[in-house]
Amino acid sequence: MKTLVLRTPALGPAIALLAAVLLFSVTTDTFATTDNLSLVVQQSLVIGTLALGQTLVILTSGIDLANAAIAVLGTLLMAQLVLGGTSAPLALLIGIGVAVGIAAITGGVVTGISLPPFIVTLGMLTIVTAAARIYAEGQSYPVTDELLTFLGTRQYLFGQVEVTVGMGLALVMYLVAWYALTRTAWGRHVYAVGNDAEAARLSGIKVRRTVLSVYLVAGLVYGIAAWQALGRVPNADPNAFQTGNLDSITAVVLGGTSLFGGRGSVLGTLVGALIVAVLRSGLTQAGIDSLYQDVATGVLVIVAVAVDRFSRGRNQ
Amino acid sequence: MAGTACSSQKATDGRGNDDGKVKIGLVTKTDSNPFFVALREAAKAQAGKDGAELIALAGKFDGDNEGQVAALENLVQQGVDTILVTPSNSTGILGAIKKAREKGILVIALDTETDPKDAVDATFATDNTQAGRLQGQYVKAALGERAPQLLMLDGSPGGTVDEQRHKGFLEGLGLTETDPKVLGKEATNGDQNKAQQAMENLLQRATTVNAVYTINEPAARGGFAALQAKGLADKVVVGSIDGGCQGVRDVKDGKYALTVMQFPKKMAEDGVKAGVEFTKSGKKPSGFTNTGTTVIADKPVPGIDSKDTAWGLQNCWG
Repeated sequence: MKTLVLRTPALGPAIALLAAVLLFSVTTDTFATTDNLSLVVQQSLVIGTLALGQTLVILTSGIDLANAAIAVLGTLLMAQLVLGGTSAPLALLIGIGVAVGIAAITGGVVTGISLPPFIVTLGMLTIVTAAARIYAEGQSYPVTDELLTFLGTRQYLFGQVEVTVGMGLALVMYLVAWYALTRTAWGRHVYAVGNDAEAARLSGIKVRRTVLSVYLVAGLVYGIAAWQALGRVPNADPNAFQTGNLDSITAVVLGGTSLFGGRGSVLGTLVGALIVAVLRSGLTQAGIDSLYQDVATGVLVIVAVAVDRFSRGRNQ
Repeated sequence: MAGTACSSQKATDGRGNDDGKVKIGLVTKTDSNPFFVALREAAKAQAGKDGAELIALAGKFDGDNEGQVAALENLVQQGVDTILVTPSNSTGILGAIKKAREKGILVIALDTETDPKDAVDATFATDNTQAGRLQGQYVKAALGERAPQLLMLDGSPGGTVDEQRHKGFLEGLGLTETDPKVLGKEATNGDQNKAQQAMENLLQRATTVNAVYTINEPAARGGFAALQAKGLADKVVVGSIDGGCQGVRDVKDGKYALTVMQFPKKMAEDGVKAGVEFTKSGKKPSGFTNTGTTVIADKPVPGIDSKDTAWGLQNCWG
């Protein structure tokens, strides 16, 4: 059993998710309806997408505190450009492009002059948040353009199950990331760098290039998270997602990825993001105050890290 | 499988629960701000009186549109008949409100209007432009012959209420946004610490100040502390809005000249009553209902109706 858990790091979180779903299905009448389960997935999409980028960075034993701020800037760029007459496809590309550009700067500073990612992204968080507020001129901007919102508003029914385009996109992104991490040389390099950068360098892996590539991919993911966010709430607000960075780290940790790098999986993160949304929805429907929901999430995070520590300690 | 924005069938249609009990959902901006706590408690008390069940949810921070959307969705799932919501942002959550209304749920905005206003069935709120205007008019009257030299402690960038009060105040004082008599303005998010720091910084260059606008009472307290430290407390007329009990006591102590009281209890009670009425008779309220504003000040000025702090302490909230 233990080796199975070690080999498939997403298994523990998946069991926790299943347990939570079962618990709320039994204890409330309203949780286990098809449209509620569909909503839970929709509610986890933006944080889930941010958490995908976060997972890649954390696997290299980094951390990204600026991810949500970058996505917020992305939403503002997309919304304001379209309101100013730019075509929606171009605005979307610029929003995503700026997210990649910022990630490139972060990655460049982290790899170029070997500063700790925590410090660099902390600085970036402050800069990008301020930049978003300056650019927004203290306003929020409604978005009506179909291209910018259709990830959330276009829905298809499969029997009783409601599926948005955004869900499909998130699933594709997760599968691509899973494939790249587990089936390609690049993926092996990411894990190797996160485990022991010096050993990876000695075995011929180009450490800096690998880490930089991770930040670039993460930036792309944050840009897409901005697009996802406009699908959920068609309104670009400079005050949105203030806790998005920490929420994404929560999803990563609940998904069983080690904050020390080199261990974990994106599929675990997908499960982690769902756990948070299931808890929020299920506890709400069970009539539990939202502050106690935060307590429950916090306890789970600590338990998840303890499990990681425990299994790692026994493993070595 | 085709079809846009359609939703699957639900076991309950929003209205009419098995046990016949009226279910009302409340979504506030946050659950820590004393104003929203007062609103929530009043709603709970009224629901208790009317035999209704109240489910209270909130965003995590001011501006958490995503959190409010999720809260609305969760309430729809729970089969509420009525949703009372104080939108963080007047346009951010319209999609979720529309979906709820499509299921036959009565949606009433409390405290903050939506844009467009008819995105909800009805609004029970303070006329915030009028509240700002009253604050400005009082400060103008209190200044008398002196020309205003104004500093402004604003709320959150982009907040609907924040902008309405700001504009109303300038109108009441008789200044425009770009008038040189506006010596400076800073966002405080309605937070006392931020407001104090903002005022300290503003006072570094604006020592001739004689009038201060504040978005709410915590901002007024922070601003007053900075003025006092500079020895300017007696020379400056500080105005505020809210009508929390601490705020009224501050006016009584002379920390600021006036506060414009709002009535969150009335918003909540009227909202719950309307929800109960809706479930029983199907009657929906409509339009904007001004829940009122009252100037609280111990020094009456000509041309402005005001109540003293003794009255204020009897009617304050929080």
